[in-house]
Amino acid sequence: MKKIKCECGHINPEGTVLCEACGKPIEGNQHIDGNQDNKLINMRYDGTARRSQTYNKSIIDKIWSFFSSVKVGVWLIVIALVASMLGTVFPQEMYIPADAVSRDPAIFYEDIYGILGLIYYQLGFHNLYSSWWYMVLIALIGISLVICSLDRFVPLYKALKKQKAKRHETFLNRQRLFSETETVSKEDIETVKANLKKARYNVRDEDGHILAEKGRFSRWGPYVNHIGLIIILIAAILRSTSLMYTDEYIWVREGEQIVIPGTNGEYYIENKEFIMETHDEDDERFAQAIQQEGIVPSNFQTDVVVYQATNSSIPGAAPELEPILTDSIQMNKPAKFDKYTLYQSGYQVNEFTSMTFKIHETDDPDASALGTFTIDLTNPEAAYELDNGFSVSIEQYYPDYYMNDGAPTSETNYPRNPAFVMMVYPPNNESPEVSFIGIGRNIDATGENNYKLGILDFELHDVSGLTLRVDYTLPFFMLGAAIFMIGVTQGMYWQHRRIWINPKGNGVLLAAHTNKNWFGINKDIEKVLKNTSIAMVVDQQELDE
Amino acid sequence: MDLLSLSSTMLYTAFILYLIATFFFGATIRQNKSDRKKKTKSGTIGITITIIGFIAQLVYLITRWIASGHAPVSNMFEFMTFLGMCMVLAFIIIYFYYKLSFLGLFALPITMVLIAYASMFPTDISPLVPSLQSHWLYIHVTTVALGQGILFISFVAGIMYLTRQIDQTVRNKRNTWLEIVLYTIILCVGFIIITTIFNLMNYNATFEYQEGNRTVITEYHLPAIAAPNEGTLLTEDAMQPWFETPKWMHGADAGRKFNTVIWSFISGTILYGLIRLFTRKRIGAKLQPLLKSVKPDLLDEIMYRSVAIGFPIFTLGGLIFAAIWAQIAWGRFWGWDPKEVWALVTWFFYAAFLHLRLSRGWHGERSAWLAVIGFGIIMFNLIVVNLVLAGLHSYA
Repeated sequence: MKKIKCECGHINPEGTVLCEACGKPIEGNQHIDGNQDNKLINMRYDGTARRSQTYNKSIIDKIWSFFSSVKVGVWLIVIALVASMLGTVFPQEMYIPADAVSRDPAIFYEDIYGILGLIYYQLGFHNLYSSWWYMVLIALIGISLVICSLDRFVPLYKALKKQKAKRHETFLNRQRLFSETETVSKEDIETVKANLKKARYNVRDEDGHILAEKGRFSRWGPYVNHIGLIIILIAAILRSTSLMYTDEYIWVREGEQIVIPGTNGEYYIENKEFIMETHDEDDERFAQAIQQEGIVPSNFQTDVVVYQATNSSIPGAAPELEPILTDSIQMNKPAKFDKYTLYQSGYQVNEFTSMTFKIHETDDPDASALGTFTIDLTNPEAAYELDNGFSVSIEQYYPDYYMNDGAPTSETNYPRNPAFVMMVYPPNNESPEVSFIGIGRNIDATGENNYKLGILDFELHDVSGLTLRVDYTLPFFMLGAAIFMIGVTQGMYWQHRRIWINPKGNGVLLAAHTNKNWFGINKDIEKVLKNTSIAMVVDQQELDE
Repeated sequence: MDLLSLSSTMLYTAFILYLIATFFFGATIRQNKSDRKKKTKSGTIGITITIIGFIAQLVYLITRWIASGHAPVSNMFEFMTFLGMCMVLAFIIIYFYYKLSFLGLFALPITMVLIAYASMFPTDISPLVPSLQSHWLYIHVTTVALGQGILFISFVAGIMYLTRQIDQTVRNKRNTWLEIVLYTIILCVGFIIITTIFNLMNYNATFEYQEGNRTVITEYHLPAIAAPNEGTLLTEDAMQPWFETPKWMHGADAGRKFNTVIWSFISGTILYGLIRLFTRKRIGAKLQPLLKSVKPDLLDEIMYRSVAIGFPIFTLGGLIFAAIWAQIAWGRFWGWDPKEVWALVTWFFYAAFLHLRLSRGWHGERSAWLAVIGFGIIMFNLIVVNLVLAGLHSYA
C-alpha cells in the first residue's frame, strides 16, 4: 500500500482525499469526491480513503465498488419499491376472495380482470413477494447494506479518531460555514471556549487551536440501523426453515377432539363451543352506524381444552390425555401452551352434524314413513339397513354440493350443504331405485320411482378455524427492529457538529461543519460568539440564487 | 348537551380557529425583511390561535373517545381527522423551532382541506369489529399518524420551495407539474363543496346491481353520472345516469365512488377555472411573490429535517407496531396485504430520499419534488388503498 505523507506529518492511507489529521486536500485525489471544481470541499465521509474509491483492478474490487455505491443502493430500493407496488395492482393469490366464482388462479385473474389479469398471472405476479426475483432483489439490498457500511464505517471511524484540532487553512476556508477575524483578544477566545463548554461541546485545545465537537456518536447511527436491518433479513431467511417456524391451520368441530397437527401427536384439542357475538343494535352509541352498515360482529371465540398425550411415544398405544389448558381463544387474545400459540382465525357456522331421512311411497299423500335412518355426516356409512326390510346404499356423497357446468360437485369436504345420490333397495328384492336428495332438492331421475326419500330432521354445529404457530424467529425480528430504531434515532435525532477555531496572525479562522441541521449549528455559533469580537460565520453555500 | 354533540362542536371550533390563524399567518407577509427573523406580533397571535384550535380538537378527540368507548381512530372520518390534528401538532413543533410564519399559511389550509374531506365520510360512531379490539389500535394508529403528520411538513416545505423557486415567467414542464399538484388540492376542495351542497339538499338516488351472485343496493348522494355496472335506478324523479361504470372497475361500490370522482373533477375544475379567470395567472405564479422573502435554504432544511424526524416515527408506528399487532391478532406479523405493502413502499421511498440527500445535486428542488411525491404516496395509501384496493384495512 502506498501511504501518503501530509505536510503536517501525518501518514494517510492510499486514496485519502483530505488529510485525516489536518484536513489539507491531498493533491491528485480531489476528483474522488468531486472537490476540484467546487469552492467547498465535500465533507461526506471526512475525505477518508474508502476501499471502493481506491482500488478498481480485480473483479472483487469491482463488485465491492458496485455494491458500496449509494447510487446503486438507491436504485435497488427504487426497484424494490416499484415491484412491491406492482404486487398490489390485483390481489395476491392468498387474497383471492373466498366467494370468488373460481379460486383457481389460472381462471380467477383472467375471468375477473381480463387480459391484464391473464398477463399478471402469467408473469407470476400473483405470488410476487415469494418469487425468486423479489427475494434476489431483497438479498441484493442486504449485500449493498453490508458493503456500503463496511466501506465507510471503518475509515470514517479512524479519521475521526485521528483528527487534530489544528487544521490546514484551505480546509477551514473551504467549509460551508466560515469566518475570518483580523484581531481577537485572548479574553474573547476564553469566553468562546467557556460558551462552547456551556453549550455541551467537547472542547479540545492544542496550542491555541480549538476543536469543539458534539454528537459524534450520531455518525454511527446509519451503521447501527443497517445492522438492525441485516438481523431482520437473516431472521427472514431463518423463518423459511421448518425448524424455526411452524404454521398449521386446523378446523375443529364443536364437541370434537382431535390431535393438533404439527405437534408430533403430543397435543390434542377439544372444541367445547364456538361463540359469535354481535354488537347490540339497541346500543344507542352505535345504533345509527349499525342501521347504516348492518350488523357488526363483536366477538369470535372458541372455548377449548388442550390435552397432552402422556404416552405418545409408545407406538400403537391409545394416548392417555391429560388436560393442560382450558381457555377461550378470541381475536387479539391467542392461547399459549408449551412453545405453541393458537389463534382464532376462522369459523363456519351451521355445518350439518347428522341428517335423518325417511322412506315413503311416492303416491302417498301423507308421506307417512315406511322407515327412517340417520346418517352421521362426520362418519357416513356405505349402506343403511332399515327395520322393515328396506336398505339404502349411498352411491355418491357431496358434502358441499353445487352444480359445476351441469355436473354435481362438492366445493369442499365440509358438510355445509350435503347432498346424496342414494340407491333404495325395497324389501322382497324389487329392483333398486335411484334418488338424489339434498337441502331443498329431491330429484327422481327416472320419474318412475315407487319410493321417495324425505328429510325428517338434521342437527347442526359450528366449526372453528384455528391457526397454530411456532415462531422462534420472533426474538430475532424484535432484536433487529430494536437495533434499527436505536440506530435510526441516533442518526436522525442527533447531529455531529464540529467548530474549529484556529489562530492566524493576531486573529482567528473559524469554520464549522455538521452532517445535518445547519440551522441548529448556526444558532449554536451565534450563541457562543455573543459579546466577542469574533465575526459570525457566513454560509458560503446558499442554494441556487 | 351530550358528549357527542359537544365533540362535534369542538371539531368545528378547531376548524374555524385554524382558518382564523391562517389569516394571521398571512398578515406576516407585510413585514419587511429585517423584522422577519424576530418574533412578529401577528405570527405570535397566529400560533396562539393555532394552539387553541389544537386544544379544541384535542377536546373533540377525548369527548368522542369517552362517548364511543374506544379511541376515535377506527374509521375513515376518525382517522383522517386525527391525521389532521397530528399535522397541526407537527406544524406547532416545527414553528417553535424555525419560527417561520409562512409555513402556517400553507400548512393550515391543507390541513383544513383534509379535515373537511374527512367529514364527507360517515361520521357516526361505529362499533369495533373483533380484530380491532385491542390497545394496539391506538398505539399503532396514533404513532403512524404522528409520523405522517411530520412528513406532511416536508410536503408543505416542498410545495413552498417549488412555488418560491420555479420560474414562472413562461410555461414550462416544471411549473406545469407544480400547477398539477396545486390543482389536485383544489380537486379535494371541489369534492368538499359539491358533497356539501348535495348533502344539504338531501339528494338521494338508489341503485340496484349484481355483484357476483348477490343483489346489492347502493345509495348515491350525488346525481348519478356514472351508474353502477348493470345497475338499475330505483328512485323515481332522480337524474338518469349518463353511462355505466365500466366493468373492469372492481372493489366494493365501485360505481358510486367513480361517480364521486367524476363530480370532484367537474367541480374542482370549475373552481380552478374560476381562480384562473380572476387571477389571470397560474396559481403558482400568483403565490410566488408571497414567498419572495423566505430563504430557500431554510425551506430545504425544514423539508429534510421533517423527513429525518418523521421517518423513525413512521417506521415505529407503520411497520414495527403494525407488525406486533398483526402478530397478536392474526398470528403473522407480515402478510403482504395491500395496506402493509404500501406502508413498505412509503418506507422505501423515504429511505431513498434520505440516501439521496447524501449525493450532490439532490438538495433543493429535486428534494422538494421528492417530498411532494412522498406525501402523495401517503395519501394514496390512505385513500386509494382503502377505497379501491380492498384488504384488511378497508374500513370505509
